[in-house]
Amino acid sequence: MPLFADPLSLYWTVTDLTRYLRRLLEDDEALRDLWVEGEVSNLSRPSSGHLYFTLKDAGAALRCVMWRRDVARLRPNLHDGMAVVVHGYISIYESGGQYQLYADFVRPLGEGALYQEFLRLKALLEAEGLFDAERKRSLPSLPKRIGVVTSPTGAALRDILNTLRRRFPLAEVILSPSPVQGDEAPPALVEALARLNALEPPPDVILLARGGGSIEDLWAFNDERVVRAVASSAVPVITGVGHETDFTLVDFAADLRAPTPTAAAELATPVTLADLALALQNLTARAETAVQRSLSRRREGLIALNDRMERASPLRRLQVERQRLDELARRGLAAMGHRLELYETRLEGMRERLISLDPMSVLKRGFSVLTRPSDGRVVSRVEQVSAGDVLRARVSDGTFAVRVTDGE
Amino acid sequence: MSEKPIEELTYEEAFAELEMIVNALEAEQHSLEEAMALFERGQALSKRCADLLDQAELKVRRLSGEAFSAEEE
Repeated sequence: MPLFADPLSLYWTVTDLTRYLRRLLEDDEALRDLWVEGEVSNLSRPSSGHLYFTLKDAGAALRCVMWRRDVARLRPNLHDGMAVVVHGYISIYESGGQYQLYADFVRPLGEGALYQEFLRLKALLEAEGLFDAERKRSLPSLPKRIGVVTSPTGAALRDILNTLRRRFPLAEVILSPSPVQGDEAPPALVEALARLNALEPPPDVILLARGGGSIEDLWAFNDERVVRAVASSAVPVITGVGHETDFTLVDFAADLRAPTPTAAAELATPVTLADLALALQNLTARAETAVQRSLSRRREGLIALNDRMERASPLRRLQVERQRLDELARRGLAAMGHRLELYETRLEGMRERLISLDPMSVLKRGFSVLTRPSDGRVVSRVEQVSAGDVLRARVSDGTFAVRVTDGE
Repeated sequence: MSEKPIEELTYEEAFAELEMIVNALEAEQHSLEEAMALFERGQALSKRCADLLDQAELKVRRLSGEAFSAEEE
């Protein structure tokens, strides 16, 4: 719940505040299941069939509502001024802005000496601290041995055994039988509790139970000896006496109070066989997953190593060498081809130059070459001849003789 | 690790050891051989637990007290 219902606003709305308060009250364990003692006043029975009244004592007043469904079971009818103890829970009637007790059960008070005795003893034991919250012990979640104190012939035992069989048959039940009503019941209950506590090893938890009945039927569970035996039991005690609406003094002294014998057996076995089976299934699945993962991790490692081995193998190097050789050969051939081409080109150039130098081609263009017949040398300068010399002239298709007519 | 034969383990013992084995397997710190051995034992423990759950039957013992009639069904 945010501090402010609307983050942009510094103000509660009435509805949000009321709802917030209602949740506070409804979340409070103590207010969910309580008994309130007081005097009925302002009783009103509208046609809706619901019952509205105020419960008051000398110091305060408490608005109460009882729905039609519960009113139908109400015995006897209520009237103003009646002293009662009311069972229900506290919540808020939002549109009226009223906190009130939503009652589901009303028991008239002042019904004789029994109830007075109940209140007297309750106050006495409470003052001694027997009911203190700090005395309550936590219960084992997986009890191996469950002690049961009840009548061996009652419905309570059948309900308890059925519930334990259904929820947690791993436990061993140790029945410590005792009568649960009548004058012999209180000492027998004390003895039955003592027998369980004396076991070696003692049970992990004790269920003290009895089916429903009148206030007189349940009276043994208000007996001071029994209440003290419950309070002093070394083994934690869960009580399940009567119905939801019955409260006995052993309930206050017990480590945990269950509304019925069946509920007591349920509270004694918070973890069921089905819960265990589920946990086992989960654990088994985890083991399989872990092994699968470990195997596949190793498999992957193996594959990676195989790859590396292949890469490092001599065969692989041989291939590489072969490839390098091929490459070299290819490069060699290429280089050779290159060089041949170069030679050919050069040769061609040379040939062209040669052709250009062929004297025949000059002669064909009309030039001629003179040679001295005496030594066969080509005449290229004036000083080589004198007047009267006979020279041989060469033209493109043959030679003939010529005479020098002047000269130096 | 407990060396008790698996058939002699209680549910709690078997489950606790199974839990330990699963944790060990999940930590993946064992050799393959060890891991497989652990897994095998884990499976046996799991079976032991499952059998115990399947076979669980409420045992009811009665302390000698007053002479009441025998167990009801």
